[in-house]
Amino acid sequence: MTKRGELGEAGSFCLFLFVAKKKEIMKKVKALVITGFGINCEEEMAAAYKLAGAEAEIYHLNDIFNGITSIHDFDILNFPGGFSFGDDLGSGKVLANKMKYKKMDSGKTLLEEIKIFLKNGKFILGICNGFQFLVKMGLLPNNKGNFDQEVTLTRNNSAKYEDRWIFLKKNPNCKTPFLKDIDVIPCPVRHGEGKLIIKDEATKAVVKKQNLNAFSYCDAEGNITSKYSLNPNGADLDCAALTDPSGQVLGMMPHPEAFLSLYNHPNWGQLKRQNPNISEDGDGLKIFKNIVEYINRQEREGAK
Amino acid sequence: MKNQIQLVLKEKIRDVQGEKIRLSAADFLGIATGKVKTGKIFNIRYDLSRKEIEKFTNLGLKDEIIHDSYINSFYQNPGFRSFVQVAKMPGVTDDEGISAQKTLIDILDLDLDVTTQHIYTEDIYLFENELSDPELKELAEQQLGNKLIHHFEYGKYKGMVDYIPEVKIAYDNSVKIISLELEDEKLLKLSKDMLLSLNLEEMLVIKAHFADKKVQKYRAEKCLSAEPTDCELEILAQTWSEHCKHKEFSAIIKYINKETGEEKTIDSLFKTYIRRSTEIIRERLKKAGNNWLLKIFTDNAGVVKIDDESVFVWKVETHNSPSAIDPYGGAITGILGNNRDPLGTGIGGAKLLFNTNVLCFGSPFYAKKLLPGQLHPRRIMEGVRHGIEDGGNKSGIPTVNGSIIFDDRYSGKPLVYCGTGGVMPYTLNDMNSWLKPIDAGDLIIMAGGRVGKDGIHGATFSSAEIDENSPQSAVQIGSPITQKLLGDFMQEAVKKGLIKSSTDNGAGGLSSSVGELATISGGAIVNLEKVPLKYANLKPWEIFISESQERMTFVVTKDKKGELYQLANMREIELSDIGVFTDDGFIDVRFENKSVAYLDMEFLHEGVPRKYMEAVWEKPELCEPELPADLDYNDVLTKLMGSLNICSRENVIRQYDHEVKGKTTIKPLMGPNGKAPQDAAVMRLNFNGFTGVAVSNGIIPRYSDIDAYQMSAGAFDEAIRQIIAVGGKLTDPEDTSNRFWTVNDNFCVPDSLYDPVENPDGKLKLAKLVQMNQALFDMSTFYNIPMTSGKDSMKNDFKAGDIKISVPPTILYSMVAKLDDIRKTVTSDFKADGDLIYQIGKTYDELGASEFYRLFDELGANVPKVRKEDSKRIYDKVIEANQQNLIESNHDISDGGLAVALTESAFGGGFSAETNLEKFENLTLNAILFAESHSRFVCSIKPEIQKEFEKIFGEDAKFLGKVTSNQCLIVKSKNEELIDIEVDKLKQSWEGGLENSPPNLSL
Repeated sequence: MTKRGELGEAGSFCLFLFVAKKKEIMKKVKALVITGFGINCEEEMAAAYKLAGAEAEIYHLNDIFNGITSIHDFDILNFPGGFSFGDDLGSGKVLANKMKYKKMDSGKTLLEEIKIFLKNGKFILGICNGFQFLVKMGLLPNNKGNFDQEVTLTRNNSAKYEDRWIFLKKNPNCKTPFLKDIDVIPCPVRHGEGKLIIKDEATKAVVKKQNLNAFSYCDAEGNITSKYSLNPNGADLDCAALTDPSGQVLGMMPHPEAFLSLYNHPNWGQLKRQNPNISEDGDGLKIFKNIVEYINRQEREGAK
Repeated sequence: MKNQIQLVLKEKIRDVQGEKIRLSAADFLGIATGKVKTGKIFNIRYDLSRKEIEKFTNLGLKDEIIHDSYINSFYQNPGFRSFVQVAKMPGVTDDEGISAQKTLIDILDLDLDVTTQHIYTEDIYLFENELSDPELKELAEQQLGNKLIHHFEYGKYKGMVDYIPEVKIAYDNSVKIISLELEDEKLLKLSKDMLLSLNLEEMLVIKAHFADKKVQKYRAEKCLSAEPTDCELEILAQTWSEHCKHKEFSAIIKYINKETGEEKTIDSLFKTYIRRSTEIIRERLKKAGNNWLLKIFTDNAGVVKIDDESVFVWKVETHNSPSAIDPYGGAITGILGNNRDPLGTGIGGAKLLFNTNVLCFGSPFYAKKLLPGQLHPRRIMEGVRHGIEDGGNKSGIPTVNGSIIFDDRYSGKPLVYCGTGGVMPYTLNDMNSWLKPIDAGDLIIMAGGRVGKDGIHGATFSSAEIDENSPQSAVQIGSPITQKLLGDFMQEAVKKGLIKSSTDNGAGGLSSSVGELATISGGAIVNLEKVPLKYANLKPWEIFISESQERMTFVVTKDKKGELYQLANMREIELSDIGVFTDDGFIDVRFENKSVAYLDMEFLHEGVPRKYMEAVWEKPELCEPELPADLDYNDVLTKLMGSLNICSRENVIRQYDHEVKGKTTIKPLMGPNGKAPQDAAVMRLNFNGFTGVAVSNGIIPRYSDIDAYQMSAGAFDEAIRQIIAVGGKLTDPEDTSNRFWTVNDNFCVPDSLYDPVENPDGKLKLAKLVQMNQALFDMSTFYNIPMTSGKDSMKNDFKAGDIKISVPPTILYSMVAKLDDIRKTVTSDFKADGDLIYQIGKTYDELGASEFYRLFDELGANVPKVRKEDSKRIYDKVIEANQQNLIESNHDISDGGLAVALTESAFGGGFSAETNLEKFENLTLNAILFAESHSRFVCSIKPEIQKEFEKIFGEDAKFLGKVTSNQCLIVKSKNEELIDIEVDKLKQSWEGGLENSPPNLSL
């Protein structure tokens, strides 16, 4: 006999069908979070997508090389922060080499697969060490579309690793869906090699013209600045994040995945006092919600 | 066949590292280097074609945006006249070389050995000025490297220098038989010569063991020598070392208190105070049916219950001696070694949640002549800081808080306390995760880094004083990346049920890890030839006791071996099956089927003779100083804010990642400008809940100059009140919500073994240690806060010739408490203009050993006393007020007293304050402002809840004044203005304390 509140076998089955059907309609956005070799921000990255309503799975990079999973089963490919290979040979270098040159079991390099992934209209996010791989793999800014390395991320002018909170001003003309409706947000930076150096003046001009400099370091009012420590590293163009011309790839030095909750903010006490109804979400979560919503909308529109 | 590749920055790229070197060479060494250019050299010993080398250089090593590269040629520029080249000495960890090897096989698609070193990296520094050889040598040894681990080349720059640090050891794997049939003096000499650190009594016990008929009989049957082998003596020395057996904490102590006339015999400090207090608490918890104390004292780290899903595991220990001789290497191996303790607890594979570090150094402005072998405190500080930075940041573990204490008695041996907390699931494959089952027949599998000569005699060395001839093998450099990979692998492997138990390989290496695990099953057989080596030709005993880092030992059942190896292969982790656990009562070590050691486990672990020690307490003759009557309090407070033990640690803190993992909610510095120092760190435990933990550290060594009991009790109180300040709730055996509180106690004391010549005040030092333990017992049982782990470091003395620098008796209590909801926590900074400020708790005439007196170079006599019944009443009131969300900010009052805490809360929030001390009675102004009486807070509240607040606190809170947005901090006493100074000036003094020249101590 079925007790009240229980569905019984038939009921469960109906529920199963209902859920399955709903799932089919509202297929969840799938985020792949890469880990291994010293990457260490994979958990908060995965948490960010889950809080944004997506599914997130963490896989060791070798599981992709060995064909245990494929990037093509996912909508967003994520390279989190960390110290891959201890930052030996320069941050992100060894892992970038692996993705560029090492043949996977399939015979292709991961970079070749990533090119297909992008052709399929999918998205890539790299944060901190992840941004460093993207740059060294030529995925950013990729202004010529030939995946040549045009910029690098290297030692901060302070010659120090630093963990501090800074402000980011979004380039209003930058169209990447990751940053929709964002203007100025606070975020922590935690790096020793975050200074963006752009190859030459011509490339700088292209980056500016195409609005590939997605975020710039700024003061609390949103004025872009090269002043230390508002700009923590002395980056060219005071640039903290780059996107590619398609807007599908975003790389940034600051850590939005470390600002998922209001309580990550170093001044949450006063913020809460000033506004007792303040949201308990952190501003960093917005970036993840944006991309998840964008893909959902794409799919809804595609379904129509 | 060899190739050299040199990378240097392109001319147009700013060489920020070079600039930093130029500045610090001028600042600290007075050497004008001119422009500095840095470069990297890769020496490649693989057999590769020119084409392959070019491809490797261009694709693998060079960053084309910033580098120029030179293959078998070198950068030349007449603008640089001299150079220093820094290579690693043979056998020193070279992670960059190993990473280069890994990228080489990815790029060239070659199948080459990458587990041993074939690429050696070097750093090269070019200087614009023509520097003399002595100047270059000084630069090399003082700034660019450490002569214990680096090989230097320097001189006029002409091009590259050929130096390859290959390890070459003559083949000799013989096992020596060592006769103990010697006179006492020679036995002792043998112990010294072999660096065994065993005393005569211990040598005699070993001699008697091998002379025992029964022992001789089974050795004869096994065709073993009657006399011990080198390996056997080494195993005994390692197992019986102070580091591993805590002989002084287990000693029988005759204690005489001349102040009270009390005389007693203490049968082990550990059993009497530390273990007993925790057992009493466990009994209370059990009786109430709420036993959250899951594991104490029996594993690498203690374990407490968080809830039905998870447990908390943590450990704090010290790495002092290695940090004294190589600060960077000492600290990084300290951190990584301590990380392995929670990682190797129970089944193993805990997820590491945080690091916390407490450091004690000599003044960075130390001006005395350095003794042979002594490094300048500033250099030690910078090296240790860098080690903690790399150890934590590169492992992805946030360094959530810590403390730095300055006292010139730490200028010989610094204290480096490393703490790590982690979380394990409550059950792993239906087994309680903290259990450590091992049965005969289980395999011994070693994982992680390879074995070299590094760290041989680490366990015995740390039990001895450092002198100018300390062995070089005591220095090791940790490899955080190797360990990160190993930790990640363990988490996967335990989840899949492939590992039955694990432990770390720390001091004493395999001898210690296998030796300890073997006590569970009752024996083990180890085959040393199966241990993978960094380089050939180590002697068997060296393999067994080597402390090469980043290794774990797993217990694996035979049926899981295949799957474990498969996973390891996919994760690029090297495993080696080196033996099997048995139950015959013997540790049986073999090399190529020859026995090298065969020891009775009972003798090995229980045979060490008890130590007997004497302690005599005599109260020092002390009095309160007479200070000038007309102090300028603006000036005093400014100087106090900038004094070494109070000033800002921001430069250090910011170089640690304190928020990786995204769970840190109270960080070391908070507030609108990130300037408000906090009392305890707070972390949430997961992303979809708000349960958390608070982490604090209590340490006040200078109080031990007056009263070691009050120093220890006070440090315990400090750790508690920091957690109360952020919103923690005290625990109670009746509490059913698993509200655990746990402590790691860490004693660091000078040599306390009396010797009429070498250590004439040894009895007094030991008496202080006894009193520190008594305080630990009293505080712990009063608050029901157990010791779940801890450590003691007993010989913190630096000796050169006749001069000895000994640390003051020091204890650190590191505390963690569970928090129900991190959203209800409170930070130290004022929150809004107009809020009311109170002092909670009572101030006494207790300026003894205060930071205030230290400004005048005085000690005083009235050390702060802990009045624990009063403290608990006050804490309960703070808890009640927090439950009603009445407190807006709360900051514990400690170093520098009320005035300093008030100032920090003010500028921390970007505010100021207007206060009046009229509510304080019968106290001098100095005491009101600067006494460090315990169990006090400066808090602020909204004006509208004043009544509710005062109703809770009554006499236990004193109204001080208001938070303001004015420029000046004002403190009055009735109508008299005591302090009226711009908050910014106080903040500047606070911010500059470590950078500026030392404050004028004479005032």
